[in-house]
Amino acid sequence: MSTIQSRQFHHDAEVLTHDLRHRSLIQKALGGYYVKRDEQKAKFTDWQSARASAAAAKYEAVNHLDKYLIEFTDKLAARGTKVFWAADGPEASGYIAEVARKAGVRRIIKSKTMTGEEIHLAQALEKEGYHVVESDLGEFIVQLREEPPYHIVFPSMHLTRGEISDTFEKKLGSQPADTPEELTMIARDVMRKKYCEADMGISGANFAVAETGHISITENEGNARLSTTLPRVLVTIVGIEKVVPKLDDLALLLPMLATSGSGQNMTCYNTLLGGPRETDETDGPVEYHVVLLDNQRTTLLADAEQRDSLHCIRCGACLNVCPIFKNVGGHSYGTTYQGPIGSVITPHLRGLQSWKHLSFASSLCGACTETCPVKIDLHHHLLQNRRNAIAQKFVWWEKPIFAGFAWFMRRPMLYRFAAPLLRLGDPILRMIRGQLIDPARMWTATRDLPKAPPQSFKEFWRTRNAR
Amino acid sequence: MKISLFIPCFVDQYYPNAGIGMVKILEKLGHTVDYPESQTCCGQPAFNSGYWPEARSVAETMLDAFRDAEVVVGVSGSCGAMLKVFYPEMFHGEPREAEAKSLAAKTHEFSSFLVNVLGVGDIGAEFPAKATFHDGCHGLRELGIKREPRELLRHVRGLELIEMKEAETCCGFGGTFAVKFPEISTAMGEVKCASIAETGADLVISNDSSCLMQIQGLLDRQGKPIRSMHLAEVLSHSLA
Repeated sequence: MSTIQSRQFHHDAEVLTHDLRHRSLIQKALGGYYVKRDEQKAKFTDWQSARASAAAAKYEAVNHLDKYLIEFTDKLAARGTKVFWAADGPEASGYIAEVARKAGVRRIIKSKTMTGEEIHLAQALEKEGYHVVESDLGEFIVQLREEPPYHIVFPSMHLTRGEISDTFEKKLGSQPADTPEELTMIARDVMRKKYCEADMGISGANFAVAETGHISITENEGNARLSTTLPRVLVTIVGIEKVVPKLDDLALLLPMLATSGSGQNMTCYNTLLGGPRETDETDGPVEYHVVLLDNQRTTLLADAEQRDSLHCIRCGACLNVCPIFKNVGGHSYGTTYQGPIGSVITPHLRGLQSWKHLSFASSLCGACTETCPVKIDLHHHLLQNRRNAIAQKFVWWEKPIFAGFAWFMRRPMLYRFAAPLLRLGDPILRMIRGQLIDPARMWTATRDLPKAPPQSFKEFWRTRNAR
Repeated sequence: MKISLFIPCFVDQYYPNAGIGMVKILEKLGHTVDYPESQTCCGQPAFNSGYWPEARSVAETMLDAFRDAEVVVGVSGSCGAMLKVFYPEMFHGEPREAEAKSLAAKTHEFSSFLVNVLGVGDIGAEFPAKATFHDGCHGLRELGIKREPRELLRHVRGLELIEMKEAETCCGFGGTFAVKFPEISTAMGEVKCASIAETGADLVISNDSSCLMQIQGLLDRQGKPIRSMHLAEVLSHSLA
């Protein structure tokens, strides 16, 4: 039986693949990205060596999480930060809600965090009665539209300026606007007030530096810096895989992330957070909490074959080159993490049988693996997920097909005589093409079949050698 | 050199000319060509669908067929990658792992064999056409073949090669993916066909017949007058 998730995916993918407006919008957006990404990649002396070094830094961290996480939290705690280890989403959200309650918080401003999205943090806090505002422009737009982010880096890339203007008009009562500058000013006007009103800031983390106990945040709008420095209480939520051993690692990882993520040399704002305001300081949060989230990451860690998927720095490069993503769009996945990385890790994070269809929804072209700045073997992991899913629970109608296929292909003599007979069915297939009784209709509904040649290669070879 | 041909099942049944072309070229270059007749399928459909034990049992037929071969040359990048990259993985920890590794080591994709092993670029071919080349993903990314087919095509007299936009983007075939997710596969194919048509070429060449099945299937349905040919067919066309 196909799962609800699988049926939803097929349905949404069907709709989006026929949406030519969506197709050209995404192609255009990513076309610009490819140009800028390649410009930045060319600035590296050797991009492949940079990838190898970045992968090595993440490998070291992920394979010694016990050591680096302790080092990281010890350093943070020494400067007065409260560290909380959360096993799953409810634990993390519960802790953050408790912090808010104790500190008498009413309004929360939040910068971009996919880890927060993963555990539906904003929704959980809103349910507790807190007013949560997204401060990243893209996230702010999808929040107004009550949609999940479309892409892990570009949450609203599926929207045109016109649609954003309509959203602002409807939700904020603003005048129609046409240029990115005007639209940004509308959001900025709203946002500035929110920063001043908020008593709690929530952020994610791009990296957690073990050596110094710092949270590293990289962004382009300055919203994360404001969200983390203005409110009196600050919470950072970070997946345990985000730790890196040394501060120096950022010298490589930040430009790699910017290059792969948005085609920039470096993003505009790079912030390091080391703890709450100290006695001789005049700004920054009075209270700082760092929530370390597991949420099945340790399950992935235990899988030696796919452990490298914890290297992920959430740059989104694999989405940007994925022809599946480009045609089905980010929302069709129904996951927090879309594209190849999402198809690889979601079955581990949320259940193999419910999410295995994403691993099958790939032509295994390998563009993702080729582009990944930390060298995750993405498309091979899709194959492993397929193998694991079938080994755990085969598909009732597929099993006899592949058993029959194997039985047939193991018999070269049978193949020699029977395969040409299959070809004889060609005229019949042509007659019933695309109809319900056509066994090849999954192909022929949209594509023609090749014409069967007069003789197979085997027949050619035998005739030739008989001569 | 005695060369054993690896002709994947669908090339055998639907695209024999690609294999015949390979025979012509290798013989013209003075090599002895052998075709172990007990070969059937590499097992990739089962492997990609998650049925590894079934795939392994088919693969054993291939291990047997090529046991005594010195060098194996395959006409498809995808099936070649199956032998070269995925057999060692699939047989990892299995009784016939050593054989799988040995087959992987002696297997070559056709264009890579010509250029990198035989050191041939110009085989004296002639083919007047305006053509574009599609990189099959498995050949490109599993086997790292990009320069070789272009090197061979560059020397074909009368052939004008025009690179398409995003030649490295997948055509959407992907084996069983094409029928499991026909809507996505078709959309990807449409994008590919648009890139091909944009070049103004009247011929699309690839080193993988499976991609060409997808591309030609769509071009025909769209009524576009563009033909497709396997690289070996193009190179062997003017040979006796």
